[in-house]
Amino acid sequence: MNRKTAPSIKDAVEYQLLLKPIEKNILDNGIEVYSIHAGAQEVIQLELVYFAGNQFETKKSVAAATNFLLKNGTSKRSALEINEAFEYYGGYCNRACYNETSTITLHSLTKHLSKLLPIVQDMVSDSIFPENELAIYKQNSKQRLSVNLQKCEFVANRMIDSYLYGASHPYGKYTEAIDIDEITIEDCKAFYQNHYLNGSRPIIFISGSLPADYLKMLNEHFGSLSVKPEPFYLEPIQQQPAADRKYRIENDPNGVQGAIRIAAPFPSRKHPDFKRVGVLNTLFGGYFGSRLMSNIREDKGYTYGIYSYIQNHIHETAWMISTEVGRDVADLAINEVYLEMKKLREELVDEDELMLVRNYMIGGILGDLDGPFQIMAKWKNIILNSMDEHYFYDSVNIIKTITAEDIRSLANVYLEPENFYELIVY
Amino acid sequence: MIQFEQCILENGLRVLVHPDKSTPMAVVNVLYDVGAKDENPEKTGFAHLFEHLMFGGSINIPSYDEPLQIAGGENNAFTTNDLTNYYCQLPADNIETAFWLESDRMLSLAFGKKSLDVQRKVVCEEFKEHYINKPYGDVWHKMRELAYTTHPYRWMTIGASLKHVEDATLEDVKSFFFKHYTPCNAILVVAGNVEFNHVKLLAEKWFGPIPSGERYQRSLPIEPEQKSARHLEVKSGVPLDALIKCWHMSSRMDERYYTFDLISDILSGGGSSRLFQTLVKEKQLFSSIDCYHYGSTEPGLMTIEGKVVKGVDIREAEKALMEELKHLQQNGISELELEKVKNKAESSMAFEDMSLMNRASSLAMYENLGDANLINTELSKYQAVTAEQIKTQSQWLFRDENCSTMYYLSEN
Repeated sequence: MNRKTAPSIKDAVEYQLLLKPIEKNILDNGIEVYSIHAGAQEVIQLELVYFAGNQFETKKSVAAATNFLLKNGTSKRSALEINEAFEYYGGYCNRACYNETSTITLHSLTKHLSKLLPIVQDMVSDSIFPENELAIYKQNSKQRLSVNLQKCEFVANRMIDSYLYGASHPYGKYTEAIDIDEITIEDCKAFYQNHYLNGSRPIIFISGSLPADYLKMLNEHFGSLSVKPEPFYLEPIQQQPAADRKYRIENDPNGVQGAIRIAAPFPSRKHPDFKRVGVLNTLFGGYFGSRLMSNIREDKGYTYGIYSYIQNHIHETAWMISTEVGRDVADLAINEVYLEMKKLREELVDEDELMLVRNYMIGGILGDLDGPFQIMAKWKNIILNSMDEHYFYDSVNIIKTITAEDIRSLANVYLEPENFYELIVY
Repeated sequence: MIQFEQCILENGLRVLVHPDKSTPMAVVNVLYDVGAKDENPEKTGFAHLFEHLMFGGSINIPSYDEPLQIAGGENNAFTTNDLTNYYCQLPADNIETAFWLESDRMLSLAFGKKSLDVQRKVVCEEFKEHYINKPYGDVWHKMRELAYTTHPYRWMTIGASLKHVEDATLEDVKSFFFKHYTPCNAILVVAGNVEFNHVKLLAEKWFGPIPSGERYQRSLPIEPEQKSARHLEVKSGVPLDALIKCWHMSSRMDERYYTFDLISDILSGGGSSRLFQTLVKEKQLFSSIDCYHYGSTEPGLMTIEGKVVKGVDIREAEKALMEELKHLQQNGISELELEKVKNKAESSMAFEDMSLMNRASSLAMYENLGDANLINTELSKYQAVTAEQIKTQSQWLFRDENCSTMYYLSEN
């Protein structure tokens, strides 16, 4: 046995990746249900996606408050009774509010699904928004915000988005204490009326070990919700990027690290370069062996971690580099980021490194397809972006075939320092 | 039911195999029975720093990450006060790559100076990011020192101070390695699209020739029973007062563990739990409150930690919390409430078991506790807990003299 030589491997690029097909059904009122039936555990994930994200609010933070309070009282059940009902059966009901969408997610053992669906139905059709629940929500949100504002990384994330998109754009706006103060019950009720009860019809995603009659159950609980007949359509909103590119913010005078964000506008998922840049991004800062990580963490020891990624948005988005570094080396670290960009613009990546990235990415997708919830996550992304499975197969194909020349020319288009906003929050 | 088979190599390495043919992937998990509790009190943070060095090249292979990534794999590791665990996931066809890499770093590290120099800095940045440059970041440093006088749970895995990490030498690294990173102190779990016999062959081929090493005999100082309540008041530039209270509980393998675990769910396991409902929703004294423990191998701490609503006196908030605990001690719980937390235990186990990686690391951790089959029998242990036990154990647990209390107060 020779310990110096690696055992032979099957190149991950030789794998034929298959995305398990999704089943689509339509409820009586036109709501689309997408389902993946798979998995050894007797568990289910149900997600209702509403088009009720913060882009639809006319007053800041109302979309998030409304979404949160869905679980805090209906005309039949108090907040406590709702929680007890879910928790008695070991179920978890979460909600989340994003830019375009807001969601209600239920995790349940398969055997208890039928007990929990009526409560979800209640939340999306009969929420009453009690005054004291909003008051508690406001108080606790403000307190959480005051703690978060002490964290440089939290401040950095908010500010970089506001530079990229403008502070009134859904992707760029952020909440201040005064916005929370100004939310009223009437705001929440009106938002609920317009975007849940009478909004675009939601989409239902259900995955896991599904009972034989799950569609009948879904139809019973969600098939008669009153929703608009036409499907969703999301209009892009004009961005108002900041004029200045370089920012330094002093947030914590005793801080020992700076939060660095370097970001440039980037086209949407539908742009022909999007999938190809996925490979360049991985190489640049998208995994542990990336150029940025190898240089700034593993060679210089400036940071615990540095990553780059394309923000997950439906419309025009941004390419982001993010790290927390020692206060005294922040400027040195930024220099190194630009140097790594320059290398990618000028030098061809060698075949070994490119092959490594291909294999790593394919291996990652193979691992990501493990389990029904993960398969659904891929599909959900495809469906909410109005795409089809070609997106998945094209991405895989690009990982397998992109050339070093392609990578260099992409770097020359997108990794130009003058495109980037640069921020350090100390 | 999680199926697995096991065997022990001649050098003492314990091997467990959990086949799952539904996935094309395999997970290789190596657990070393060494954690921060095994460190010299003058050189803390070492087990964790060492975990970083395990990626700095081994005796025959200059880089761990690259060959694994070429084989389509990815990996990570974590260190706790009790153990150090390394895991990687890769296409099952390439599983031998993982055996090659993991066995070489169990055989010997490269002990490069550059790797130590850089990782010392990286860990210092990790220290700053998580424990210094964060509001309330030092709570657990202080709390551990208050609650433990003697036992090495006194310090965090990241280390008691930055200085201990900065001062680590290559000699320290070597002696730590040869003491703890040996087959007889390790557990190998392989899960996924694999066969037991094939894994056994590979294990014998790659790990078999590694010298067994000496079984590490752990003799940790025992924490004396706490006889009186302890208090600490800290003032800091945080925006809100925080209340943190800890009580000594049982070890992980004590039969009472399951009762304690359910007590934490009764108190704060969701929106209908007692502390959330009374103290956050009804009385509005806390903006958030949690009750948790780390499931540590040796006797650990049951913790209740809450942020006090601005303007409320922390003493008043604490008093209301103590009333809730007293209520539990005096009146116990209904069968319905007990049923609820047992159902929650059942479903959280089912969700945890969905991921192959979780199943592999759970098997390794249970084996390290002494019985891998706990992965299948724990649920019945939760189901056997009675309302009477909840009441009796909460009386024992939440005694004043068993408690350490920290007021982490806002200066502003």
